[in-house]
Amino acid sequence: MATSFSRLPDDRLAPYARAYDDANRKKRVQAILFLGIVAGLTLLSGAVAEVDLFKLFGNLGNFFSYFDRILTFDSGPMVGRRVWTDPSEWLWGLGKWLSLLGDTILIAYLGTMLGAIGAFLLCFSASTNLMPNAWLRGLVKRVFEFCRTVPEIVFALIFIIAFGLGPVPGVLAIAIHTMGALGKLFAEVVENIDMKPVEGCTATGAGFSDTIRFAVVPQVLSNFASYTLLRFEINVRGASVMGFVGAGGIGQDLIEAIRKFYYADVSALLLLIILTVVLIDLGTERLRHALISREERP
Amino acid sequence: MNRSPKLAVQDLHALKSRHAAVFAPSWATRSATIATVAVLAGLFVFGFWRLDFSFTKLVSGIGQLGVLIWLMIPPDPGSWARFVTFLGALAETVAIAFLGTLLAALIAFPIGFVAARNTTVNRIVRFASRRVLDGIRGIDTLIWALLWINVVGLGPFAGVLAIMTADIGTFGKLFSEAIEAADRKPVEGIVSTGGARLHQIRFGVLPQVLPVIAGQVLYFFESNTRSSTIIGIVGAGGIGLHLAEQIRTLEWQAVSFLVIMILITVAVIDAVSVRLRSAIIGRPQRAAA
Repeated sequence: MATSFSRLPDDRLAPYARAYDDANRKKRVQAILFLGIVAGLTLLSGAVAEVDLFKLFGNLGNFFSYFDRILTFDSGPMVGRRVWTDPSEWLWGLGKWLSLLGDTILIAYLGTMLGAIGAFLLCFSASTNLMPNAWLRGLVKRVFEFCRTVPEIVFALIFIIAFGLGPVPGVLAIAIHTMGALGKLFAEVVENIDMKPVEGCTATGAGFSDTIRFAVVPQVLSNFASYTLLRFEINVRGASVMGFVGAGGIGQDLIEAIRKFYYADVSALLLLIILTVVLIDLGTERLRHALISREERP
Repeated sequence: MNRSPKLAVQDLHALKSRHAAVFAPSWATRSATIATVAVLAGLFVFGFWRLDFSFTKLVSGIGQLGVLIWLMIPPDPGSWARFVTFLGALAETVAIAFLGTLLAALIAFPIGFVAARNTTVNRIVRFASRRVLDGIRGIDTLIWALLWINVVGLGPFAGVLAIMTADIGTFGKLFSEAIEAADRKPVEGIVSTGGARLHQIRFGVLPQVLPVIAGQVLYFFESNTRSSTIIGIVGAGGIGLHLAEQIRTLEWQAVSFLVIMILITVAVIDAVSVRLRSAIIGRPQRAAA
């Protein structure tokens, strides 16, 4: 099907063309200004962070050769061979490492559970629709903010001095951080609930705890569970480095292997950590989808 | 409720007999709930036992913690010279977060297109790029920092590279999801005018995803400021080095001072990024209205 367009005469077209150019120019100036600001900040922070591109390019080969080295045996009967040619030699400490990985997951699990329990108990006092007392609400919100802004490793460093080396400070550090992060999310969920069941409970003369048990919890539980699962996934990652400061789990062995240049061990540990994290990612994703679909099917 | 039996309660028997199905306990759901709770609680107890939790340890630890908190008051850097050092380290921390986020966004941008279903080259490339991104994401920023220290030596540059690497994995995933969620119609419009594949992406997809991506990058700048406060613990620059040092030498007043500095910085960056984010995301909506 042939269609023909009739072109406007030039004198009528000119204003449109000019307006188009004007609109474009304004956008372009804005974009250039924005890029200029970003470039300026980049140069400034590059200077502050001692970025040295020559060093990077000079040593970039090292980065790749590092991966080459950790994938090659550097001692024993298989010197110079790729690590996967002899899995039993590569994964020589599998039993120990798996038990450490189990500890890491347990640290994440306990930290997540304790944090989730804390967040659950406090989140109702932090939501606008259930807690009329603005002063108390603000206090709980500030506590959550503090707990999630201070990184968990910092808590772990402090707790190690109070509780001694080992997984206990790791669990508590993760728990505190999780409480802050989940508390905020939980409170937001509670603020978005349907208020009618709450009014119904109040009308029957129910107190604060009864209202929460029968009007709020049934509405929010699946959301809470989904956020907790997501947090568990994040915490497994966090627990894998708790050992860096002596707070238990597989991190201790990893930092030792990296610092002492046990190359083959580094790759074995990294592989195990990546596998664990990916498996837990997949598992929690499944569970969360199951939760969501159960929620949608009445 | 049994304090004041009212109408509904008196009528309970009648209600129960009329709506037996509603009141009948469903044994399937109930046993599933009990089993879930039992497994979770069992694992909980097992964890406490396995990780050497003990009541005395907790109590004495909490006592110790109280003493430490008491020693932290009032926060005090110690001397002016130290305060200036801390400020410098804080600037370094923010610079690390900024550069790391920016570099990660620049590198992840093309990867996002390759990993998205609607803009990828082919299936195998998409699958491979997704798995690489998963692998990168599985490794924590601190581990990346240790690896980069081996390459460029101790210092903030290793921190920049660590934040960058860890974020490439996350950004790649988020960007590709944003691209997959883009509306097909503008792309079809470009196709109908005879646009090539790159035109489709440049004029059909890009304008839709750019605000989303900018919002995510800003959000990560904020969360990276938090991560970059700790990479100093392994020697990759920033305020973490000082924080770890002050904790190890038990200078508790300086520790609380540093924590407060971090809190203020994160709050400021949070406020700025919320402003910028609403400005960026708000703009196209206003244009559409």
